[in-house]
Amino acid sequence: MTQTFQHWGLSFGAAWGLATIAGILLIALPLMLGVAMIIYADRKIWAAMALRRGPNVVGPFGLLQSFADGLKVFLQETIVPSAANKGLFLIAPIITFTVALMAWAVIPFNSGAILADINVGLLYILAISSLGVYGVVIAGWASNSKYPFFSAMRAAAQMISYEVSIGFILICVVLWAGTFNLNGIVLAQKGHVFGFINGFVANPLLFPLWVMFLISGMAETARAPFDLTEAESELVAGYQTEYSSMAFALYWLGEYANVLLMCALNAVLFWGGYLPPLDIPILYLVPGFVWLLLKILFFFFIFSWVKATVPRYRYDQLMRLGWKVFLPLSLFFVFLISGYLMATGHFA
Amino acid sequence: MIQTLAFYLFATLVVASGAITILARNPVHSVLWLIVAFFNGAGLMVLVGAEFIAMLLVIVYVGAVAVLFLFVVMMLDIDFAELRSGFVKNFPLGFALALVLLTELILGVGAYRAGAMKLGTPDGTAATGLGTSNIEAIGALLYSRYLFLFEASGIILLVAMIGAIVLTHRERKDSRGQNISQQVRRRPQDATRNMSPGVGQGVEL
Repeated sequence: MTQTFQHWGLSFGAAWGLATIAGILLIALPLMLGVAMIIYADRKIWAAMALRRGPNVVGPFGLLQSFADGLKVFLQETIVPSAANKGLFLIAPIITFTVALMAWAVIPFNSGAILADINVGLLYILAISSLGVYGVVIAGWASNSKYPFFSAMRAAAQMISYEVSIGFILICVVLWAGTFNLNGIVLAQKGHVFGFINGFVANPLLFPLWVMFLISGMAETARAPFDLTEAESELVAGYQTEYSSMAFALYWLGEYANVLLMCALNAVLFWGGYLPPLDIPILYLVPGFVWLLLKILFFFFIFSWVKATVPRYRYDQLMRLGWKVFLPLSLFFVFLISGYLMATGHFA
Repeated sequence: MIQTLAFYLFATLVVASGAITILARNPVHSVLWLIVAFFNGAGLMVLVGAEFIAMLLVIVYVGAVAVLFLFVVMMLDIDFAELRSGFVKNFPLGFALALVLLTELILGVGAYRAGAMKLGTPDGTAATGLGTSNIEAIGALLYSRYLFLFEASGIILLVAMIGAIVLTHRERKDSRGQNISQQVRRRPQDATRNMSPGVGQGVEL
């Protein structure tokens, strides 16, 4: 894109700046629209599984429901509790929202369509997702209220527990792909199994890791059945209890942007990203962006499905799953996969 | 041009947030400013071309260590009057510590000026490593030349971790743990029975 701007007679610096800003807008605006639609889809799927109709009043099939909700919260008053730490109270949702958008910078949408093609793309994702916990923890503390504080404690423990096993799972993917660059990881999956299936997931050694990654992703984004941070039967609304208006909406948007990011990561790391599922020339006629979008929507459907069917975990069960099941298992797979790759001369 | 601008931005923010970390009255604010300092430090690392170190700084310090700091500090019941009362008592110790740090800083700058060790080129770009990328360069060094030191530090950390667990672990006799496999193996027919008691008759369980 920089070159296009340079063709218009701009200097490299100005062209690069313009291209970056255009790239950010090209990602952020469709993402916001996507989040609005995905909230609608989530409610529809959930309703269908509970034999309800779901939102069906605003616009055709209720499609404009999210926008109506957005307008509603936009017009509400932002209430700051008098005992709250005002500055931190208002910064916390902004942190959550910003962090949810930042990670999208390194996701490859098509070959060459990536905002920041950096060597350490996967580490960047890990770094940014580890920042996500601050939005919740700061909100819990700054609200100066019991329930948000409990929720913040839970969030901190939960996110740290699952990040460890996610790290080990990613190491296995990196070992196989031989790079931390997300675009490189996608390309490494081309014809990975039998020479024509694109995607690490079809590999019997990596399939269990994908299942663990999917579950850990649900825990990391605090999605049901691991939504203990906002367990309404115990903690009112968790860290969001004291929030209203736009601050609340920012949490809502950030949360769904994070869920979409997890879906995109599942697609990019295990399901071949923007590559079609099979390495057949005719499938490449469909643009890579469409394949990625289809995969993201598929994973989002799984997330919604799980939310509608699985009851919430108890807190000790959540901790047990993270530390006593996923951590040893993913560590074992690091040994297994590096051993296998050494034995087959993958690193030679 | 943009590098210089970014450097001064990050450097100013590191120094400023470091200062506020010390000056802030509220310990929670201190930790949060410390996180800002870590983050800008990572920005400086990116500027010198050490993107791997930058990411690790964010993952390890901001993502894990500072969360634990925040965790502990938040749970403290802060009494500001008591915090300030220890000032005179702790002043000599703090002053000595500051003096040591200042000496180290002067020594470090002096050693760098003397130019005995090659830390990097004066314009701020780091010396190029063995591999093509940062990660490969560090990996190649860690697993060849510094293999023994690397493994030794790993073992020291492992021993420290196990030691901390052993020292703080206390077994409680009165708590009843769960047997997960027993819970999972339990089937409905083990726990429930279908009965059809007649009117006025109870059931024997």
